[in-house]
Amino acid sequence: MKKSWLSRCYVGLVMFFLYAPILVLIVYSFNENKSRGVWTGFSFKWYQELFHNEIILQSLSNTLFIAVVSSLLATLLGTAAAIGIFSMGRKARSLVMNVTYFPIINPEIVTGVSLMLLFAMCGIDLGYLTLIIAHMTFCTPYVILNVMPKLRQMDQHTYEAALDLGCSPLQAFSKVIIPEIMPGILSGLMMSFTYSLDDFIISYFVSSSTSQTLPITIYSMTRRKVSPEINALSAIIFVVVLVILIIVNVYGARQEKQQQKRYASYL
Amino acid sequence: MKRIIALLVALVACFSLLCLPASANELGLDESYYSRFKDQDISINVYNWGEYISDGSDDTMDVNAEFEELTGITVNYSTFATNEELYDKLKSGGADYDIIIPSDYMISRMIQEGMLLPLDFENIPAVENIFPQYLDTNYDPEGAYSVPYTWGTVGIIYNTAMVDEVVDSWQILWDDKYTNNVLMFSNPRDAFGITLKKLGYSLNSTDELELRVAAEELKMQKPIVQAYVMDEIFDKMQGGEAALAPYYAGDALTMIDANPDLAFATPKEGTNIFYDAMCIPYSCQQKEAAEMYINFMCEAEVAAANIEYIGYSTPNQAAFELLDEEIRTNPISYPDDELLVNTEEYVALPGETNLLMDSLWTEILTTDDQFLTWLMPVMLIAGCVASVVKIVARKRRRAREMADY
Repeated sequence: MKKSWLSRCYVGLVMFFLYAPILVLIVYSFNENKSRGVWTGFSFKWYQELFHNEIILQSLSNTLFIAVVSSLLATLLGTAAAIGIFSMGRKARSLVMNVTYFPIINPEIVTGVSLMLLFAMCGIDLGYLTLIIAHMTFCTPYVILNVMPKLRQMDQHTYEAALDLGCSPLQAFSKVIIPEIMPGILSGLMMSFTYSLDDFIISYFVSSSTSQTLPITIYSMTRRKVSPEINALSAIIFVVVLVILIIVNVYGARQEKQQQKRYASYL
Repeated sequence: MKRIIALLVALVACFSLLCLPASANELGLDESYYSRFKDQDISINVYNWGEYISDGSDDTMDVNAEFEELTGITVNYSTFATNEELYDKLKSGGADYDIIIPSDYMISRMIQEGMLLPLDFENIPAVENIFPQYLDTNYDPEGAYSVPYTWGTVGIIYNTAMVDEVVDSWQILWDDKYTNNVLMFSNPRDAFGITLKKLGYSLNSTDELELRVAAEELKMQKPIVQAYVMDEIFDKMQGGEAALAPYYAGDALTMIDANPDLAFATPKEGTNIFYDAMCIPYSCQQKEAAEMYINFMCEAEVAAANIEYIGYSTPNQAAFELLDEEIRTNPISYPDDELLVNTEEYVALPGETNLLMDSLWTEILTTDDQFLTWLMPVMLIAGCVASVVKIVARKRRRAREMADY
């Protein structure tokens, strides 16, 4: 009994440590005053102004657009690459995998500067294109690293069995391999999306006057003062993500239950 | 399902109502001048400080939207945080900005390096709204490259509940009565600037001896200083966590709004006066449209709206006259001329002075820092002990396993 009390306290402490900053942020998004330290009254003022602030909204839509496009492209590229790497010889595979790790262990600032120099050398104007290419370079390795284990876990014989049962290689690929590695692809997609969403350093070097992302906009407010509209925006993003997570979890749990029921009825 | 759709439609309608522009469209500006580029599908890229333009919140004017409506020119607006960031962006060559708003010393550096285009004042008639004294500056001696946007001074913000005496000198930031209650700039240029001023030197001093004396002075101040900060000054001063801090006049007004106990003083030894001015960099593609934007920013109503939003002081006479009496006579924003006699602008310092300042600053921040000196050996010893323990434990385990066999 005592143990469970202690462990509950510990979990509570960890949760507090993790969520206290977000809680403070959300609370102060309802503050009437512009201050982050002095509470003067409850108001929805910052939420209203957020929807007037074209600069924030524009950079938010830039960020979302780039995150969606680059994570989708990176997932496509990464999945294809993972399948290719998987069917390589042992030596070639370990060599290519090491190269794959490179963008992850490379300090972001080096990646950013070198991409900027590369784009300048090739004469590509900075903008959406360069941002998407840059985000793809650091997202693709995460997709490969997520898909590879799924390929390794997969039973090789199911693919052969599908061929034996009359599938063309393409059909076997889309009906057997893809569903098998789907969880890996999805988690790769999610990871690239989040990494792309909150990347600051690389975007800082390759963005231009028309494609400023949200993290850069927030950073540029630091000379004056970060506007409480950012608190409001962060609170909204947090709530949206929370709701999505809850829906996904509830849906997953329900499906699992149904599956169990189905199993039971088979038995 | 239908109900959900109806709800969504209602929500969208609410948001579009919220998004309606709040300000009047007609400012009574010269239509024939501003309509020259209508229907030509031109866009300009503006690069400004964050939170540095009236953006339509709180029923203020949305300056960029007004300009777009008036001229048909699309404004791509983006923001930066430091002069150095702006400089790097321009130098790297990938940038395509048409209008930039750097500070004084950065403008003089950019002029020296040929990064700015001379302005054609024929296209900027509204420049006549600017007070003549702000067009004759040290950073742009020919007055050919820039049109001032804002100016301000550095002074001391203090909490009247904690400071009883009259604040009129930088000396008070060295007073040990306020030990642990003084905040100080965390960037070397500003920190050295006010120290040099306190000692009676120029804040653009390149004399090594003077800089070393200032460094000694800063070291003496260190035990009194609670923290070296920039942005955090807002929260600390508003929350009453510190008694005194040097900061910018315009931001002091914001702080006083939030905490009426605060007050601001411009020291008698003189201080830094800074300008942010609109310039056109060499990357500009649409020079005439950019000059039109600068002209628009100089129009009385527009400049007044911006100044009310930003809170800094305006160099624009026509805008100044539109401001509330209360703001115009506020000594924080518009101090008496006698206080401004000793003020100085920053100019670009030579490379070796910057290096010296940086190394002296590092020296100041690391002097008798108890924390760092004892922490390193302790961590080293702890690391050694941990690895020895681990090796011994592993050896023992292996010996036990062998014995079990």
